[in-house]
Amino acid sequence: MSWHAATVALLSKALAAKQVSSRELTSYFLERIAQGKRWNAFLDVNPALSLAQADLADNILASGLGGPLTGIPVAHKDVFVTRGWHSTAGSKMLKDYQSPFDAAVVARLGLPDEENPTAAGMVCLGKTNMDEFAMGSSNENSAYGAVLNPWNPACVAGGSSGGSAAAVAAGLAPIATGTDTGGSIRQPAALCGLTGIKPSYGRVSRYGMIAYASSLDQAGPIGKSAEDCAWLLSAMSFHDGRDSTSLADSGEDYSRYLYQGWSESQIKNAAKPLSGLRIGLPAEFFAAGLAPEVAQAVEAGAQQLAALGATLCSVTLPKTKLSIPVYYVLAPAEASSNLSRFDGVRFGHRTAQYSDLQEMYKKSRSEGFGTEVKRRILIGSYVLSHGYYDAYYLQAQKIRRIIAADFQTAFEQCDVILGPVAPDVAWPLGAKTQDPLQMYLADIYTLSTNLAGLPAMSVPCGFNQNNLPIGMQLIGNYFSEARLLQIAHQYQQASDWHLRQPSEVA
Amino acid sequence: MKLDEVQRIAHLSRLELSEPEAEALLPQLQAIFALVAEMQAVDTSACEPLAHPILFLRDLAQPLRLDQVSETDQRTANMRSAPAQEDGYFLVPRVLE
Repeated sequence: MSWHAATVALLSKALAAKQVSSRELTSYFLERIAQGKRWNAFLDVNPALSLAQADLADNILASGLGGPLTGIPVAHKDVFVTRGWHSTAGSKMLKDYQSPFDAAVVARLGLPDEENPTAAGMVCLGKTNMDEFAMGSSNENSAYGAVLNPWNPACVAGGSSGGSAAAVAAGLAPIATGTDTGGSIRQPAALCGLTGIKPSYGRVSRYGMIAYASSLDQAGPIGKSAEDCAWLLSAMSFHDGRDSTSLADSGEDYSRYLYQGWSESQIKNAAKPLSGLRIGLPAEFFAAGLAPEVAQAVEAGAQQLAALGATLCSVTLPKTKLSIPVYYVLAPAEASSNLSRFDGVRFGHRTAQYSDLQEMYKKSRSEGFGTEVKRRILIGSYVLSHGYYDAYYLQAQKIRRIIAADFQTAFEQCDVILGPVAPDVAWPLGAKTQDPLQMYLADIYTLSTNLAGLPAMSVPCGFNQNNLPIGMQLIGNYFSEARLLQIAHQYQQASDWHLRQPSEVA
Repeated sequence: MKLDEVQRIAHLSRLELSEPEAEALLPQLQAIFALVAEMQAVDTSACEPLAHPILFLRDLAQPLRLDQVSETDQRTANMRSAPAQEDGYFLVPRVLE
């Protein structure tokens, strides 16, 4: 049986019907991971621990106490700390780091225990590769090598959650977790032909998520369908007192609208389930710089949604271009502060030779951090330093408020905003590594939602002529995740882009 | 930005950069700050800075937890990844003579 082609929803049915056990599924995917090393999607596996979790899950299933996700394997981005697996965040700095605790996301999705009696019961397959400390858009900034794109091994998988995306696209895991600070769930999902959602800021606990830029970081799932993402997100989001930005009312069932029409009166209109939905297309998202094939596929996606009953209108997000400098001031500023904890004292790399504390700090950090991380720490220190704080950091925070307000103006005219995820499809490995600015510019369509804290998702909507996947982005207002997933699900009922598999993966 | 400024912020960041490293970084940082300079054209005189999205969303305070001890003693587990330790303490080079 080709379980790697199945959605989580299908695997859940198979487990419930006893067609397969969690141990069998887990062995199946562990074997695929072992056979699929060339993608470099995983940084650590621990088959004995995974199988022990699967046995526990099988016991729960046998007792009839399981939930829909019990026994289903999941891969975690290496930014989430885990007991039993190394937690490196893609950095040499944390090469040997062993966390004494599980991240909130890992614990909530994992097997139930005394602390988490209502945990989802999923089995951890291992930790996925990522750009170092989540800084990057191609996964080439990992200290453990780039991830290859299952659609074309000569191309990047996207980043920073590139290992998670490649793992799902290559059929090494049914679904995976990711984090999104400036597009790191949506962009690799788009480049690998997958569905991914970054929820509203505050939905998912950041406890145990190795911090990059705390006011922007948010976790979410990358999977094969909107339905799978809805299930995982429902299990991931809850109020966590250990994260001061975790919202008090963050738990809900994100799958509740999947099988409904957009408006109550349209429930029975099967041909036009999205009647009443207003979709805004920002002119700035279709301007110069967007690859024609991407524009075409995204516009075709919008037309398909219109055929399902939605109406399209044009909106404006005038500060879209400025979101790049604003992000690349604020994120590095927060990163320079967050990464000051890596000093070679309590955990992480310590240099071999040093004569005093200063030298120990400097050498440990310089040896442990990669080039892109150093670059962002330097930018961050600069914009926060005396004489530049007002002109750079404070100015960026003020424009951040304008960007957030511009979205609210747009949402007066529409329910969701639609555009591309990225300006182009996956690019050849190495093509942009010498020019960091070019890499930053490619984040143009994803950064503004993180700055505003809005939910957004990536939905497969076609391929270019070289058979590389294209994703469209749906951006909703705060806390509208269930509605975004509903729109994506209705689209996926009427299309099959999301179920296509790379030829090498069959 | 000039080369000596790169070394100054490297020191502030507790990073050690060789001269070739600093020279390679300089044009990259200059290009990034040329883009950042575009922010200056925006009139933000009437605008309050936004530190994180929840401040934009709601004026209400973020939930506060009770100020009570919730952690148990995890010393052994927490020391496991320490680069150098002795008797349950982190070892660092001598700071006071």
